[in-house]
Amino acid sequence: MRFVPLTAPSAARAGLVTLASVAVALLLCALIFVFYGVSPAEVYTTMLSGTLGDSTGLAEVGRRTIPLLLIGAGLAIAFRAQFFNIGGEGQLLLGAVFAAGTALFVPMPAPVLLPAVFVMGAVGGGLWALIAAGLRRWNVNEILSTLMLNYIAVALVTYLIAGPWKGKDVRGYIYTDSFPDAASLPVVAGTQVHWPTLLLGVGVALGLQWLLSRSTFGYALRVVGENPGAARYAGLSSARVMTVVALITGGAAGLAGAGEVAGIHHRLLEAGQISLGYGFTAVIVAWLARGNPALCLITAPVMGIILAGGDLLKIDLNMPFRVVDVFSGVILLCLIASEVFVRNRVVWSTRE
Amino acid sequence: MDNIVVEALIRALAVGTPLLLACLGAIINERAGVVNLGVEGMMAVGALAAFAVASAGPDANLWMAVGAAMLAGAALAALHAVATVTLRANQFVSGLALALIGTGAAGLLGKKYEGLPLFNKVADWNWGGFVISPFTVAALLLAVALAFYLNATRPGLTLRSVGENPAAADVLGVHVGAVRVLAVLAGGALSGVAGAFLALSYRASWADNMTAGLGWIAVALVIFVGWRPLRAVLGSLFFGFLYYLQFRLQGNSPVPPEVFSAMPFVLVLVVLALAGLRGQQGNAPAALGRPYVRGER
Repeated sequence: MRFVPLTAPSAARAGLVTLASVAVALLLCALIFVFYGVSPAEVYTTMLSGTLGDSTGLAEVGRRTIPLLLIGAGLAIAFRAQFFNIGGEGQLLLGAVFAAGTALFVPMPAPVLLPAVFVMGAVGGGLWALIAAGLRRWNVNEILSTLMLNYIAVALVTYLIAGPWKGKDVRGYIYTDSFPDAASLPVVAGTQVHWPTLLLGVGVALGLQWLLSRSTFGYALRVVGENPGAARYAGLSSARVMTVVALITGGAAGLAGAGEVAGIHHRLLEAGQISLGYGFTAVIVAWLARGNPALCLITAPVMGIILAGGDLLKIDLNMPFRVVDVFSGVILLCLIASEVFVRNRVVWSTRE
Repeated sequence: MDNIVVEALIRALAVGTPLLLACLGAIINERAGVVNLGVEGMMAVGALAAFAVASAGPDANLWMAVGAAMLAGAALAALHAVATVTLRANQFVSGLALALIGTGAAGLLGKKYEGLPLFNKVADWNWGGFVISPFTVAALLLAVALAFYLNATRPGLTLRSVGENPAAADVLGVHVGAVRVLAVLAGGALSGVAGAFLALSYRASWADNMTAGLGWIAVALVIFVGWRPLRAVLGSLFFGFLYYLQFRLQGNSPVPPEVFSAMPFVLVLVVLALAGLRGQQGNAPAALGRPYVRGER
């Protein structure tokens, strides 16, 4: 078996290969479920009927889609620039920290408070990603640095809610006081879908798609990502592109963090409660979308179904939430392993 | 005074053992040109497999438990080998997927083992008050053996050539793909043993997330020690000592505990930045992270 490069791979081929790889991933996961001792059919029907076939479930999918869309759209352009930011989790948490700090401690007239909460959230996430971009200049691989920064962000959140920011009227638990009403986002009635953040996510996804495909910066970003040698020859500064990319992706993740605390929790609380691994799941959202921020409008809800479905598996089938990591990991592996079939034709003869 | 020094050394060796085992495994596959960031996942499935075999009954065989851990780690690594060597997938992202699959599958399949007793713990050796695990001794010997293998034997040279210049190795008749696959499997098996140490000796129990980020630190350690097995001994001892300090200082100081839990990760960043500034990345195998395609360049 060998691969023969295709000169111009079609979008249809990419779509088909993506669907096939997701199908293979679901089969592999089914094997693991058999090994665990539950019927894969039961797992998949529970996940699908509980999320898509039920209005409460649908709202849960929507709630999880919001952070996935924001982080995924940002990561899509990061991957296009070959900046492998795995730190969406940490950047989301720093966004939540900055947003909570603003909501709790900065006196501000009501109408400007919410915008300020979001701006500060973006600043927090952006700065956290900037550390990785800076370290990259010292040849530190950003996959490792952003990952370490995730762990550090978790410790920072725990420190704040157990220490200096611990709520006055809270006993025993560790979280902050509630935000003032002016810093709470409206939701779709009866759900936890904080629609202003959802709109923001749609705007960010479309805006980043425009930036990537129509702007000069987007062009520079694609050149730096696809052909670093040519970029250097053309005088494009890879370091400058990485800095901006880090600010954008981290900022988008920070917005997601601000949305979670202002829209759902109304306080800063433990890292594991703010995020269900959105940062990692968003990697798959961006990869499924093949680096197109706008396509995250489709792939984010798909992964939203898996996260909401994981909750259902925990409740209905008493499975550990870790099942979501298995889904994510297997889908991610199948996606990247199938990439070769997008760009190449397979020839089965051994003769060269 | 002597006691404190001995205690520090014992503790540093103990925490350093899984780091060293996993780091040696990563050195093998990286010297062949393949990065595998999935160490945390391979360690987790290794720990689970070892615990599952060792808790099966009072006469469970510990050798079999370690063997199961090696198989589990290598099986997960095989996915990485197929994806990156055969299908030329991005090695970094594939490793990340492996970490997710490994920790996820271990947490999922390990649920029924939570809180179960371990019938046989691997007994520590006590040399006149100096308590050491057989795993530690094995890891140290392995480091020496690997240094010899890489630097003084022909197969070791072949392995390195595949990581430095796969095209040249190919011309000389080396099957680049086969060497890389074997190296990835060996790396997985060693990560599995690192997990077995945690489950059978260090913690002697099973709990979800018992690898606690050690796998990631092992990955960073490879860069810090410049892909050299003997330096890996010192590097893992150094990080083991930091863990000991963290354990000693916690509770006895006005510093909040979160500072200590974040410390290993901050240190990894500092260490990687220092290695980067010193130009240590220059020691990296030249073809590291790049799939080999015959006839290209």
